[in-house]
Amino acid sequence: MENRNGCKLVDLPESTRRKDRFSFTLLVVIIVLIPVLVESKYYLIVLNIIGLNTIVVVGLNLLIGFAGQISLGHAAFFGLGSYFSGILTANYGFPHWPAMVVAMLATGAIAYLIGYPALKLRGHYLVMATLGFGIIINILMGELEQFTGGHDGLIGIPPLSVGGLTFDNDLKNFYLIWAFVFFCMLVARNLLDSRVGRALRAIHGSEVAANSLGVNTSSYKVKVFVLSAMFASVSGSLYAHYITFISPSTYDFYYSIQVVTMVIVGGMGSLWGSLFGAAILSFISEALHVAKQYHIIAYGVFLSLILIFLPEGVLVGIQHFYQSKKLQRLIAVKTPFLLWFNRF
Amino acid sequence: MSNSDSILELVNVSINFGGLQAINRLSFQVESGQIFALIGPNGAGKTTAINMITGIYPPAEGEIYFEGQVLSGKKPYQVTRMGIARTFQNIQVFQNMTVRENVMVGLHTRSRSEFVRCLLHTPMVRKEERMIRRRCNEILEFMGLASKAGLLAAGLPYGDQKKVEIARTLATEPRLLLLDEPAAGLNLQETHEMSHTILMIRETGVTVLLVAHNMDLVMGISDTITVLNYGEKIADGSPAEIQNSDKVVAAYLGREPW
Amino acid sequence: MDFSQQIAQYIITGLSIGAIYAIVAMGFNIIHNATGIVNFAQCEFISLGGMSMYTLVVLLKIPILISFFISMATVSLIGALMERGPIRYARSKEIIILIFLTIGLSGTLRGTAQQIWGTDNVGVPAFSGEDPIHLPVGATILPQHMWVFGITFLVMLVLRHFFRNTMLGKAMRATAVNRQAAALVGVSVDHMVLLSFALSGALGAVAGMIIAPISTTSYDTGIMLGLKGFAAAILGGYGNFAGAILGGVILGVLESLGAGLLSSQYKDATAFLVLLFVLFLKPTGIMGYGESERV
Repeated sequence: MENRNGCKLVDLPESTRRKDRFSFTLLVVIIVLIPVLVESKYYLIVLNIIGLNTIVVVGLNLLIGFAGQISLGHAAFFGLGSYFSGILTANYGFPHWPAMVVAMLATGAIAYLIGYPALKLRGHYLVMATLGFGIIINILMGELEQFTGGHDGLIGIPPLSVGGLTFDNDLKNFYLIWAFVFFCMLVARNLLDSRVGRALRAIHGSEVAANSLGVNTSSYKVKVFVLSAMFASVSGSLYAHYITFISPSTYDFYYSIQVVTMVIVGGMGSLWGSLFGAAILSFISEALHVAKQYHIIAYGVFLSLILIFLPEGVLVGIQHFYQSKKLQRLIAVKTPFLLWFNRF
Repeated sequence: MSNSDSILELVNVSINFGGLQAINRLSFQVESGQIFALIGPNGAGKTTAINMITGIYPPAEGEIYFEGQVLSGKKPYQVTRMGIARTFQNIQVFQNMTVRENVMVGLHTRSRSEFVRCLLHTPMVRKEERMIRRRCNEILEFMGLASKAGLLAAGLPYGDQKKVEIARTLATEPRLLLLDEPAAGLNLQETHEMSHTILMIRETGVTVLLVAHNMDLVMGISDTITVLNYGEKIADGSPAEIQNSDKVVAAYLGREPW
Repeated sequence: MDFSQQIAQYIITGLSIGAIYAIVAMGFNIIHNATGIVNFAQCEFISLGGMSMYTLVVLLKIPILISFFISMATVSLIGALMERGPIRYARSKEIIILIFLTIGLSGTLRGTAQQIWGTDNVGVPAFSGEDPIHLPVGATILPQHMWVFGITFLVMLVLRHFFRNTMLGKAMRATAVNRQAAALVGVSVDHMVLLSFALSGALGAVAGMIIAPISTTSYDTGIMLGLKGFAAAILGGYGNFAGAILGGVILGVLESLGAGLLSSQYKDATAFLVLLFVLFLKPTGIMGYGESERV
């Protein structure tokens, strides 16, 4: 469904408050239960990657799905988080948590510097500016060898620790990462159903009208851009401390495309869609790791099919499917499962 | 500084767009509490005048004053904070939000929670949200939209969308409301309702500047009318005076039918 | 070589790569003007052009001239099929979705190329010999560079003639300016969109084919060339043809000068830095017009 302006109909925070309370609780339950149910180390790693991607995607969705802007350079912010945290802790012995905060603020500052001029651009110009920025940062990661370790990457990044507890295996990082996922989603949810969130969505709806209602649209666009960069940075820091080794190849143009794809596949403007989008695409990415040579073509085909047939995103697509008359005729009685699923 | 007590004053305002003189030395005053109509054939510059008042285009010449303060040169979001609100000729309701949310955005200038506070959902934010909701409900009641508050704007009929846009502007607590073609696209009954709504709004103390084509609407409710043609003022006065003005008739009839 | 000769060398090299960027930029412009979207699969048109030449000329020993036109036609067909198939059938016409669809199709094409040709860089013979030519200004160029200049010039002439003097070209321009009006005077907008993809395919292939002998080619050489071509289009003013040429030349020359004088490792970064610099100064590109919303 689209309106005249081409806005996608979005997940309306106001109408989903009760559903969300339920969903967040469910998320906590699942997070706690998964390690009990899932034994395989491999799956834990995949879930951790999904979690890290989700944090980036939630932030990016605020920018793309809700404020209606675009960025094809977010790999840069993810990478800046990793490199700032990594360099400060591995090379200079900084305490880890403050380093993450510094990384977040530094990344935010850089995002402000690039965002301020870039967000005056519209449409394809903005696409290109963010794209160019992402590529430049990626190149710098490889070339500024004295700081970043160059193309070989940065090693020896210490894992995070709290008190006596060090997050040095997949299971512990699972809890850490997903705690952050929970917090980030909660915070994003708070933002969306607030004065600022409405202002952002208004900008997406009609920038000129938003301006006429007193919203300083240029300022807000930059701020949400900075916010999305900070989300990515936090995720990047967590990634660096988790894997303990980073290299420029992780933060390339392809990753920028991947995260925006996750936003779209999950459903632009759908908070929970961010989680689903990240989950589906990360899972496919990892599953294809086995047959590395098919990665590109499988990804391309999958993405194309989703965009052709389920452009509103997988979540909404599934919802429509379950709500379709056809299926309801097949299922004589609306099962409790369907009712529950409808909450999303 | 302006030298009158009017709520809005334009003094010799001009603007051109790449060689086309859209507005030429336009001057008029709007008194507080009036319903002031700005009419003229298509392309006369009425919407451009509104765009200049609200800061979308700065005037090339002349000054605009609001309650004695200089208005020209301010950005749109600043103009709104000063107490002026407007509707759009090609309706700019937020299709991606509900009726209630549309009006809540209108309260943006009357609330203050910023990014960090909203992210953390602090008690101040909660208190402000309650205030916003309350105010919002009051306005929806006033405009008769209470029953449709939870509906997505995109699904509403045109007439209701126009009401939502007006409700939204009322939320900004304006002292001056600029209505750009409020009756465009409305049928006879809806136009009557719109007239009534505008009068109700004036009752609450808001001054209304109305740009319109619909003569019934204009003649029916305006206190004073200013007529533009080709960006210049050609007449002003009471509805009766304007109706009897040859100049005005010639301007309208002398143009190609639109 | 003394300094001025070096500069001359960088400039000439820059002009030749700039010509490639210009052709690619035009491909982007044509589709944008017809549909409003960015076609990221343009990158694959470039790669496929080069790889197709490899298969035809090196593996199948078909003469260069014939291979040139076969490749151009084939990639053009691929472009057309892309439009007629996935893009036409996409349920959503929203621009951002279609742009991402082209990214998905780009991946599909690239993945297919990977399956067919693997990931190796391969060489393609120059069109007419490989002995360097020494120019009076002290720069040295390959015969292939002359081909690049020559073919680019020819392409510009043909396109200019097409858009200015032929009915079809004018119909395409009309569609770009105002779809509805064009449709009302009898232009088949669907055909124009199809044609724009076919034309962009041909242009991408040409770009890939003329550069292949100079810098080898592989299944993904088109990506950087494509992105920089897109940058050139934006730099010159998106959708503007003179802009495409100007953007391509400026980008190519500045990139070459930057790589030569400052640092070759930052070559790719230079192109995008130039782009960002221009965009921040003049958001609509060098020759672009402002986009304003009528209220």
